[in-house]
Amino acid sequence: MKYIDEYRNPDLVRSLSAEIQRKITRPVRIMEVCGTHTMAIFRHGLRRILPEKLYLVSGPGCPVCVTPPGLIDAFCKVAGRRDVITATFGDMIRVPGSSGSLADARAKGADIRIVYSPADAIQIARDNPEKLVVFIAIGFETTIPLIAASILQAYREDINNFCIFPANKVMPPALETLMKDTSLNLDGLLCPGHVSIITGSEAFSFLAEDYGLSCAIAGFEPADILLAILALMEQINEGSYRVDNCYTRAVTAAGNLKARELVQEVFTPVDSRWRGLGTIAGSGLVPKGKYADFDVTRRLAIQVSEIDEPPGCLCGEILKGMKRPSECPLFGKNCTPSAPIGPCMVSNEGTCAAWYRFGVESI
Amino acid sequence: MCLAIPMKVIETSGGTDSLTDPPVAIVDADGIRRKVRLDLVDRMPGPGDYLIIHAGFAVNCLDAREAERSLELMNEIASSVPHVRHRTCSN
Repeated sequence: MKYIDEYRNPDLVRSLSAEIQRKITRPVRIMEVCGTHTMAIFRHGLRRILPEKLYLVSGPGCPVCVTPPGLIDAFCKVAGRRDVITATFGDMIRVPGSSGSLADARAKGADIRIVYSPADAIQIARDNPEKLVVFIAIGFETTIPLIAASILQAYREDINNFCIFPANKVMPPALETLMKDTSLNLDGLLCPGHVSIITGSEAFSFLAEDYGLSCAIAGFEPADILLAILALMEQINEGSYRVDNCYTRAVTAAGNLKARELVQEVFTPVDSRWRGLGTIAGSGLVPKGKYADFDVTRRLAIQVSEIDEPPGCLCGEILKGMKRPSECPLFGKNCTPSAPIGPCMVSNEGTCAAWYRFGVESI
Repeated sequence: MCLAIPMKVIETSGGTDSLTDPPVAIVDADGIRRKVRLDLVDRMPGPGDYLIIHAGFAVNCLDAREAERSLELMNEIASSVPHVRHRTCSN
């Protein structure tokens, strides 16, 4: 397929990895903060062809994984109401809170439907006027505009029985929180390609300017990821900090302004709690003004409590890149994809799930 | 979650009114066809363009010229032209 096959050319991939090998002079730590990058790196076996001195760390790039357990409990509570139909992306359904997951709530009779798009939830609302349809709004900048567009559509079409459970998060404040933790000791950051389509490469400039971090925006094919790592190696060797855009076929400096205008029209920033990172100022979004009634927590006066992570689970540390899955005592023993304890093992893009699936017990 | 793949535009329709007739496209990837919404793209695509699709919406129209340029750059690095100092990516 065009725009895929050419970036998977084995000769090209081999040459780029050889060039990285040639450029690396000391141990280097690079973080990726996109679940799709985490999966792509494993799926294409890139760890095997990269130098041993290059240490790839996964950050908080999986939206399901960063959703705290107290919020999942609140999703389940709303889902249990007889007057509610819950619509959710598939990877959220099996993530356990402190008293079960949405899948458990469904087993107890809750009407929970997996949707491919928030637009599908609007259709469910049209088809079920006697029920309140609650869309579980998780996702980063790539997903937020679609949710904004859906709220706008519901507003214009006067669909009053549709609302969202706001749980979206934006990436830059979380990255800033991570950078303030000097023990992380990062040399470079692979910036998330699809988030950057919306935010533009400029959204990450503060990491280079204020925190002295070398950054490169990467696409998702093997050659894309290697090109971005190579760009990072060049910056690291030069001792320079900037944002190199290595995904120019999709990402511009300013990003998708139209999508961002929609988000600004519908949402306002709020503080938001992240699993592993705690509460981060301005990192969440709720519908504002005339769209505020599309927020189910407002409509049904829902309180979200803070709940500790499951005992022994290291997802929080793994999401910060401080621990590897193999350092978690539960990994592969008590916690597996079929019986997950922490969210990083549930989501397809979770770091633990990727390590487990691709047979990485220890690196 | 943010899985998004490039799909080729077969045809576009609608767009006369953002409320009653929003713009949509029929897109194809390896024989799989889908109808996607174009509310979010900042450049309207035509047949043959490639869109990045995420959860039923196109979030971006790929830039064919930039795609060609980056591939050229990759191949240039791969052929390891000696003593040529290149800047790997744009910034």
